[in-house]
Amino acid sequence: MDYFAQQLINGLVLGSIYGLIAIGYTMVYGIVGMINFAHGDIFMVGGFIALISFLILVSLGLTAIPLILLVVLLVAMAVTALYGWTVERIAYRPLRHSFRLAPMLSAIGMSFVLSNYSQVAQGARVKPVPPIITGGYTLHEGADGFVVRLSNMQIVVVVTTIVLLLIFTWLVSRTRLGRDMRACEQDQTMAALLGVDVDRTISMTFVIGAALAAVAGMMYLLYYGQVDFNMGFVAGIKAFTAAVLGGIGSLPGAVLGGLAIGLIETFWSAYFSVEYKDVAAFSILIIVLIFMPTGLLGRPEVEKV
Amino acid sequence: MTAPSTETTHVSRTTDIPFILKKAFLSAFVALVLFSLMIGIRTEAGPEGQLIYWTRLGDLASIVGLVFGGSIVLELLRQWIGPAGAEKLVPPVVQRGMSYLGRFLAPALLVFALLVPVIFYNQRYILDLAILVLTYVMLGWGLNVVVGLAGLLDLGYVAFYAVGAYSYALLATNFGWSFWVCLPLAGMLAALWGVMLGFPVLRLRGDYLAIVTLAFGEIIRLVIINWQDLTGGPNGVSDIPRPTLFGIPLDNSDDGLAAKLGIDYSPTHRIVFLFYLILALALLTNWVTIRLRRLPIGRAWEALREDEVACRALGINITTTKLTAFATGALFGGFAGAFFATRQGFISPESFTFQESALVLAIVVLGGMGSQLGVALAALTMIGGFELFRGLETYRMLVFGMAMVLIMIWRPRGLIGHRAPTVYLTKAQAISSDLVKEGHG
Repeated sequence: MDYFAQQLINGLVLGSIYGLIAIGYTMVYGIVGMINFAHGDIFMVGGFIALISFLILVSLGLTAIPLILLVVLLVAMAVTALYGWTVERIAYRPLRHSFRLAPMLSAIGMSFVLSNYSQVAQGARVKPVPPIITGGYTLHEGADGFVVRLSNMQIVVVVTTIVLLLIFTWLVSRTRLGRDMRACEQDQTMAALLGVDVDRTISMTFVIGAALAAVAGMMYLLYYGQVDFNMGFVAGIKAFTAAVLGGIGSLPGAVLGGLAIGLIETFWSAYFSVEYKDVAAFSILIIVLIFMPTGLLGRPEVEKV
Repeated sequence: MTAPSTETTHVSRTTDIPFILKKAFLSAFVALVLFSLMIGIRTEAGPEGQLIYWTRLGDLASIVGLVFGGSIVLELLRQWIGPAGAEKLVPPVVQRGMSYLGRFLAPALLVFALLVPVIFYNQRYILDLAILVLTYVMLGWGLNVVVGLAGLLDLGYVAFYAVGAYSYALLATNFGWSFWVCLPLAGMLAALWGVMLGFPVLRLRGDYLAIVTLAFGEIIRLVIINWQDLTGGPNGVSDIPRPTLFGIPLDNSDDGLAAKLGIDYSPTHRIVFLFYLILALALLTNWVTIRLRRLPIGRAWEALREDEVACRALGINITTTKLTAFATGALFGGFAGAFFATRQGFISPESFTFQESALVLAIVVLGGMGSQLGVALAALTMIGGFELFRGLETYRMLVFGMAMVLIMIWRPRGLIGHRAPTVYLTKAQAISSDLVKEGHG
């Protein structure tokens, strides 16, 4: 039972990270109707930027950990958002009205560009960081000496996810930008006729998605204590799985799906085999799409004839 | 993109210098923000596992300068030449002439391919490269059945390639069966997996289908890595038997081909044999594809690609149509895999990553899907181009990714924008690939 509780905590934390990445997929898919294949690599770039800015701040002599983390968070979000904007501008905007496969392939190309750019710029080796947020609470100590712990780091990850999700849900449902986004989601041509700047709205979608991916990248860095140029692909696919599982296009669905994938993966590793945890996650994707093509919170797709 | 804007740029051909400068400064600023952390600062794990870093401001400055200059050049080109359309770059007369020449290009290429071992007999490197190109031509033609004809976007094609390669490797090393027994088995096993993938994804369309096939490809690769008892895990399978000429080995032994024919043995014999083997396999793929396209099943594939709903309304069995497309594509992937295993003599999961799938898909799309000649030319360009960058090992995938993006922007419909129709009433007229919607189902 204690073991189960500990895995539950670990799974929820991992799921929060997936959920943050999944939001980027869900928003882009909802508006442009395409899978932003490079999103996982944007998450990886976000992790690198957090790492580098953290390194600089520490070497400047700053010691206040909360201040450092806040600055790192803001820098990573801003720079990664610019990456998202640039990717959209270079690889997707010229293909907005092209046929279906073209943006998909240029997105795959962009994914290769980003991961290999990071490899060339920062080297192929794994970049470790020492634990920054330490300490935690012992929730329960079993008779056999097994301790259920909730670390401060885990609390930070989950709280950050919840706060950001609330901020961005508010952004999409209450602001002018959010209204434009929902309008574009319905019908881009009609939205343009009614005075919505479609190009700008789509750019902003990529910017927000990338900023959230940067937060996920930073949380990943802090939680696992390392980044490498290769981590974007698998994390991206799992986050996409989460977005599909939750019902693509739905923000709460993305987080729900992320939690589900995080839990499934953690429990699979804990009770079955670590080697096959990715196989389990990918199999879930296939099974979900077969039985629930619209996901948990998704709306059924209307087939236009 | 729209007609009016084209006309205005025709009229005003003056150079707007302040605009160009403003744009260049903006690009340079964006580049500065993008690259300052990633390129300006290099991190590395130090001796005690602690991260150390140093600055590379010179590199950063040159990249930002490059972006600034590049932006000016690009904008100047854009203002002088105007929006470049395909019609403008290549006049219709030339285009018609090219499609006329295209009819002779395919036979000429075929003759050239047949003569490659004769011309380059002693150039091992060129022969090896030619074999590699033909392997990708075959993979491209195989995937073309799924993506180009049936319109099913498959991002996990490399899974069938892997199944074929491992089937041959395991059957040949464990049971000692000959290549010619294993080849059809490898193909059939791959086709079986194609059907197994096809069943669950029957109801999926478009991007969902793409992502499920991608997941499937990853599952196969992960199982191969982790099922160490059977597949040898990350170490792969080694000592895979070389192919024989129907039982006659191509080696230096007494019952080898050279000894039987009474000629001096040369290792090139085997390379030449492999070359003709893959050429034959590729031509088989091409021939079967062309034949199938004219049969009801091939027409059903093309109908499915154009409109699944209409297809269903016409009473075409969607299930068998999709499954046969997957199975046919997988069959050829399996053949190519078996060939790959026998050529290399060693296989490991590293050869079957998502990058391979993306490369083959890029070949199919760049070739102008559905065009057999286009796929062959694209394989030649891509694999040849890939070879050119072999010296720049770390930059290779970076260049490949950039090329993919640029080609898509430049020619989203591929190199060959026209192709011969499958069915016609009186006179065959080339159809533009704008008129067909691939990768839809």
